[in-house]
Amino acid sequence: MHQEYTVIEGDFVNAGKASSSVKKTLKQMNVEPSKIKRVVVALYEAEVNAIAHAYGGKVLVDIDSDKIKMVVADKGPGIPDIALAMQEGYSTARPEVRDMGFGAGMGLPNMQKNVDKLNVISEVGVGTTVEMEVNF
Amino acid sequence: MKLREIVKLLDAKVCIGEGRLDEDVEHAFASDLMSDVLTLKDTPMLITGLCNVQTIRTCDMATLDIIIIVRNKKVTEDMLELAEDNDMVILSCSYSMFKTCGLLYQAGIQPLF
Ligand SMILES: Nc1ncnc2c1ncn2[C@@H]1O[C@H](COP(=O)(O)OP(=O)(O)OP(=O)(O)O)[C@@H](O)[C@H]1O
Ligand SMILES: [Mg+2]
Repeated sequence: MHQEYTVIEGDFVNAGKASSSVKKTLKQMNVEPSKIKRVVVALYEAEVNAIAHAYGGKVLVDIDSDKIKMVVADKGPGIPDIALAMQEGYSTARPEVRDMGFGAGMGLPNMQKNVDKLNVISEVGVGTTVEMEVNF
Repeated sequence: MKLREIVKLLDAKVCIGEGRLDEDVEHAFASDLMSDVLTLKDTPMLITGLCNVQTIRTCDMATLDIIIIVRNKKVTEDMLELAEDNDMVILSCSYSMFKTCGLLYQAGIQPLF
């Protein structure tokens, strides 16, 4: 099953729409609740990053019986040093983002913890693509 | 501790979830930082001063479904809508985060860590 969503820069009100819809689909498929939580937390973190740090983007989700693949691809400033960004506590979040309860530099490390496969591809001035996989 | 007793202890208002007040709560976590809430493996009751749609959405993603908003912050219509869709309980109280946590801890609600 293939699903696509669009995320818009700064649109915190709709942050999580994609994750929320994926959550419903996985529930209907009777995926184990702890797995669902890992999937949606990771996807939500990536969605929030595309909204908070980039100029929005696309979420592509492919679900089959034994795994889910998620891609969050944004147009944005990119990440100059991915290893640094992956470190817990590193954040360049703006004050507006912090006001929404984000910007602790915990998102990328949290994605890493929740998924079975994580791949972050980024080009400065072009954008960032986060690919994730969770096996059911 | 029953949610109904928590409402009484905190002199709280039930914004939504009247039908779940006989449920028992054992654990709570307090934070204004949604980044932190997203790292929890368990699903405790959340005590928070952050009152916006993102609070509810984050709880939905983290599968937390009982939220106490402190300091009488205004729970908006869109928050209630999202909470209703997900069968959540939202309580609102006037006490500070510190007092809310203190009262609940004293009453036997357990921390996660
Ligand atoms: N999609 C992105 N585009 C550009 N920069 C990004 C992107 N995602 C992450 N970053 C950079 O990596 C840093 C760390 O990201 P991470 O998700 O770990 O933390 P955060 O978003 O700052 O805070 P938190 O996730 O705890 O709310 C960000 O502050 C930002 O500098
Ligand atoms: Mg983040």
